[in-house]
Amino acid sequence: MAASGNTRKQPRSYPDVPSRIYLMGTCLVDSFYPEAGMDAIEFFRQQGIEVIFPQAQTCCGQPAWNSGFEDEARAVALTQLAAFEADIPVVVMMGSCTGMMVHEYPVMFANTPHQAQAKALAERTFEFSEFLINVLDVQFENIGHTNSSGAGGDSVQDSVQKVALHTSCSTRRGMGLAAEHMALATRLPDVHVVEPERVTECCGFGGTFAVKQGDISAAMANDKARAMAATGATVITSADCGCLMNIGGTLDKLAEQGECQAIPVAHLASLVKNAMDTSKVVIGRHRSSTEQPGEEGAQ
Amino acid sequence: MSESNMTQPNFIELTEAVNREEHEFADMASRHFKVRAQMALENDTLRASFRGASDFLQAKRKSVFPDQAELEDLRDRGEAARQRSLANLPELLELLETNLTANGVQVHWAETATQANQIIHGIMAANNAKTVVKGKSMVSEEIELNHYLEARGIECLESDMGEYLVQLAKEAPSHIVMPVIHKNKQQIAQLMHTRATTPDGEPVPYSEDVDDLIGNARAILRQKFEQADVGVSGVNMAIAETGTLLLVENEGNGRMSTTVPPIHIAVTGIEKVVRSLTDVPELLTLLPRSATGQLITTYVNMISGPRKADELDGPEQVHMVLLDNGRSKMFNHPDLKPTLQCIRCGACMNHCPVYARIGGHAYGSTYPGPIGQVVTPQLDSAGGLGANGDMINACSLNGACGEACPVRIPLPTLIRKLRAESVAPVATQHDGTLHANGAGRNRRMKEALIWQGWSQMHRHPAVYRLGTRAMTLGRALMPGKLAPWTNTRSMPKPAAKTLHQLAREAGIASSATSTLTGKSTRTAEAKS
Repeated sequence: MAASGNTRKQPRSYPDVPSRIYLMGTCLVDSFYPEAGMDAIEFFRQQGIEVIFPQAQTCCGQPAWNSGFEDEARAVALTQLAAFEADIPVVVMMGSCTGMMVHEYPVMFANTPHQAQAKALAERTFEFSEFLINVLDVQFENIGHTNSSGAGGDSVQDSVQKVALHTSCSTRRGMGLAAEHMALATRLPDVHVVEPERVTECCGFGGTFAVKQGDISAAMANDKARAMAATGATVITSADCGCLMNIGGTLDKLAEQGECQAIPVAHLASLVKNAMDTSKVVIGRHRSSTEQPGEEGAQ
Repeated sequence: MSESNMTQPNFIELTEAVNREEHEFADMASRHFKVRAQMALENDTLRASFRGASDFLQAKRKSVFPDQAELEDLRDRGEAARQRSLANLPELLELLETNLTANGVQVHWAETATQANQIIHGIMAANNAKTVVKGKSMVSEEIELNHYLEARGIECLESDMGEYLVQLAKEAPSHIVMPVIHKNKQQIAQLMHTRATTPDGEPVPYSEDVDDLIGNARAILRQKFEQADVGVSGVNMAIAETGTLLLVENEGNGRMSTTVPPIHIAVTGIEKVVRSLTDVPELLTLLPRSATGQLITTYVNMISGPRKADELDGPEQVHMVLLDNGRSKMFNHPDLKPTLQCIRCGACMNHCPVYARIGGHAYGSTYPGPIGQVVTPQLDSAGGLGANGDMINACSLNGACGEACPVRIPLPTLIRKLRAESVAPVATQHDGTLHANGAGRNRRMKEALIWQGWSQMHRHPAVYRLGTRAMTLGRALMPGKLAPWTNTRSMPKPAAKTLHQLAREAGIASSATSTLTGKSTRTAEAKS
């Protein structure tokens, strides 16, 4: 990740709706949240987009990279360069791994024979919500479910889910995608997005940080989990499973101790998949205009 | 008013409370980083002080940068101004020396902290000076000047209100701009009451009223300013073309300590030089806004030499001590050079979620927070990466500091780079490139082996699939506890099947080659 946040957000160029995409599951989704990956695959296939899931993909290399083991990370990154070789957009299930591939790969392979390949991969790699908003411009049209207020309705009704959105630091500051993230969540039908106190603050995960500085990480996770619980959310969502594991795991422990209610966590892709049951999904409607759809959710 | 103000406070009890805090500080300072962090996390008063300060300072900064686009432009200009200075650092330092000398300022170069202390002590000895009153200076903290001079019988008095209180408490600053931010009003009232004496030699009356506290300190300090032989200050910018020392402050103590005593000694790092007065507005627009949320500080001092023959005020001698202490190594390091862009505003620590939890003392260094994590291991006097290995790991790389930095220092990137330096294998330490102090000192056989094993598994997809498959199959056998994660969290459970398996079972294509048409879906623009 290394969400440096020090630079201006660089405008990215987005392709037209492609006929096929690569899906980068990420190692965390692979072993702990595979349903999120399958939900995403089903969503894309229903939109007529062919999904290629290279069995040769493993991990973006970030854990070693952020711990300072650069050579070990580079060797793993090289495996991903090979796995996603064809000139097809790569949709990544986590913002943190997206940041790694978009911002760190070009640094990692600078002045190596793989420099051009890394740069090309970086340019066609997109985070899940970034892809749905800025490439697909996904819209959900209500198809006469019990609540007919439509997407983004103002009133909070009984069947409307209160969703607490956690935008990871790598998605927010590393990738500059807070607006896209919010846009996707607010476009979902029957969803009311609630915001916890200190919404921009780190949840305390930070990969190996959670192990190497366990006490500090736990203190941060505790504050974040309590802020999430205070929103009265019925589900916590994010597109970063490290954060979800951290926040959800802390909430489980707090609930065990009777300090708050346990709240289920779900990847945004799973909420998108659920929305397909109650809505008609429209994609690619506004792609001809020059505006960036993500702007609507800007805070 | 609080209860303690209504009843007569017991002097002995309050003294014990203040002594206890001093003892706690000394105890904490003697521990390792992780223990210090743990102690800070368990101290509710401290946690509340830092959380409150972080929230307050973040809101203040936000209020003076209402326009995001304008802020980004200002940051561009601030970054450019600092990089301009650093690009010409050797030349600008020569120019600065020439023009300071022409203005009658005596310039001294100190390669090490000890040399800087020796120079300052030497100036004092040559003038038979016995007392120092200090404006705020982080570089004087970096070289531990007070300690050095006091060991040689010289009395040093801090005149910045926060620094004065820290000195009374026998502690160290916990923030580079707000040194006593770790103490609340009651603690400060107790401190003043039990440890400060009025010019008449009486204990300062107990009061939690901020105006009273400041008024009492002012009465004490005013007398010291008049008696001091030497005033020591820091410098925010040294302007090469005009030989001017620029110093910003809010209390007037900076002006007093640089003008009232007969000798003024300024001490600063070599990176603080800028070429001309036209560089000043850009940085001065950013510095107070980023630091305290002020549009401008109450005082902006521009010092251009000692009192001239026809002038009535000002010091008879002005000295400038320029300190290296590892800065020229930072200057020469290809990746770590941006460390020197820092203007010491403290915005990074005000926005750091780790600093907000553990506070400044837990870092155990002169400079705490993100910039402290980057600067400290690179200072010659601070023990390098070997002594500061834990500190650089106390970061979740969340980027809040980088986003707040007015001169766009890539702080998380620098922290990551320092981690790489700290675990660099021996072979790369002799490859002819420059490394940070203590490179490779935190390379532990066990951790290196873990990452090598991890790398082997993740660079061979078949091995990876086998490994993750084994984990899902053995999910029932996974331990229920895995410290430190499960101390405060539930144990994550691997899924029954990996995404690799599920995708394969669902017949999802694994490769693009079979259907590859060669026709790109990308826009031409994106390829360029």
